[in-house]
Amino acid sequence: MFFEIDILIRRSGRTVHGDFKALSGLTALFGPSGSGKTSVLDAVAGLLKPERGRIAVDGRVLFDSDAGIDLAPEQRACGYVFQDGRLFPHRTVTQNLLFGWNLAPPDRRWMTPEDAIDFLGIDHLLDRMPRTLSGGEAQRVAIGRALLSGPRCLLMDEPLASLDEARREEIMRVIEKVRDELRLPILYVSHDRGEVERLADHVVPIHPK
Amino acid sequence: MLSPEEWQIVALSLRVSFLAILCTLPVAFGLAWLLARKRFAGKIVLDALVHLPLVLPPVVTGWLLLIVFGANGPVGKLLHDLFGMTLMFRWTGAALAAAIMALPLMVRAMRLSLEAVDQRYEGAARTLGAGPWRTFFEVTLPLASPGIVAGMVLGFARSIGEFGATITFVSNIPGETRTLPLAIYTSLQLPGNEAAVTRLALISVALSLGALLLSEVLARRGGLGSDGAKGSHVL
Repeated sequence: MFFEIDILIRRSGRTVHGDFKALSGLTALFGPSGSGKTSVLDAVAGLLKPERGRIAVDGRVLFDSDAGIDLAPEQRACGYVFQDGRLFPHRTVTQNLLFGWNLAPPDRRWMTPEDAIDFLGIDHLLDRMPRTLSGGEAQRVAIGRALLSGPRCLLMDEPLASLDEARREEIMRVIEKVRDELRLPILYVSHDRGEVERLADHVVPIHPK
Repeated sequence: MLSPEEWQIVALSLRVSFLAILCTLPVAFGLAWLLARKRFAGKIVLDALVHLPLVLPPVVTGWLLLIVFGANGPVGKLLHDLFGMTLMFRWTGAALAAAIMALPLMVRAMRLSLEAVDQRYEGAARTLGAGPWRTFFEVTLPLASPGIVAGMVLGFARSIGEFGATITFVSNIPGETRTLPLAIYTSLQLPGNEAAVTRLALISVALSLGALLLSEVLARRGGLGSDGAKGSHVL
């Protein structure tokens, strides 16, 4: 199993139970808004500490409350693509792309910046500032930034949510390419059934408690 | 236009204010960080203490400085015994008084700018492999820097105008502690000095206005974050 997750998250009075195992490919965490899907992603990324449980990715334990293991986010090698892109506003597209690349140990860099730029078709954006990008452009750059940080898996939090129909199709194709050509395991959060049916190899329902 | 003596007053004022801001910067930033980012017992009390110089009569602040940093004060005695250093009646003491008076303004500006930094960018930096320190220096600090610089400029302007605490703590010694406001006050005491008063007052206005304008410009250039501010087409 690639993702082995069994965690209990308590957040602002709500309890989220994330309990699933998944092979590589694209695993969709599917559930209504407010069910705590994003909290599960944040816990895998190390941005949110679960109350208890265990998270392992590709056999590597990232969190285990019983064993007292809690790796810092920068040690987890999980590329995170946020709903809003979340590009650094004070840096150009190039600087955003290279942020994680420069920090990654050379042996974990499995993609070169040139390949990523080519793969995502963003070479005309390189000198732009994030605020001048459209939603679709920003999301491409955000995916590139995550891919270049040398991740072992990709976490995607509703990456299509803030896009119009045409851009959704465009980014959906990019995600399919990441899934099929790069063969990078993806945890994908969505509340959109059509999206999940098209993209997901496995579906994990997340229910609010 | 200015007499050598008046130039000396301006130079002293600038020297006092620069030293004051330089020394206050790390303290103010540390306090701003605590107040913006940390939760701890007594936070309200710390917040109130930081703001105290803003509302206290400056003469009281000066008197408190005398008690603490004076020749027989606990800190003053310690500084003298350890380093042979005296602040009382010295220009460095004037800088201390100016620093204390500038502190609340600087903390306020820096705290606001730190609170305005979207912490989700910091989370993003962490997932990309940056440790807490790198995240601070490459994400938090650049995003907060316009507010931090604006706070420094504001503090500088406040230091230039400092009067009450200074005259109480270090007196009004020509060439040592007689800064612009003290010089204006002194000139006002003597008849027939209107021209000198006018010249010094104009310099004060120019310095303060310049600092305020600079602070405003810097604050506007900030807000790189969510709301697309100016300077977007820099590259």
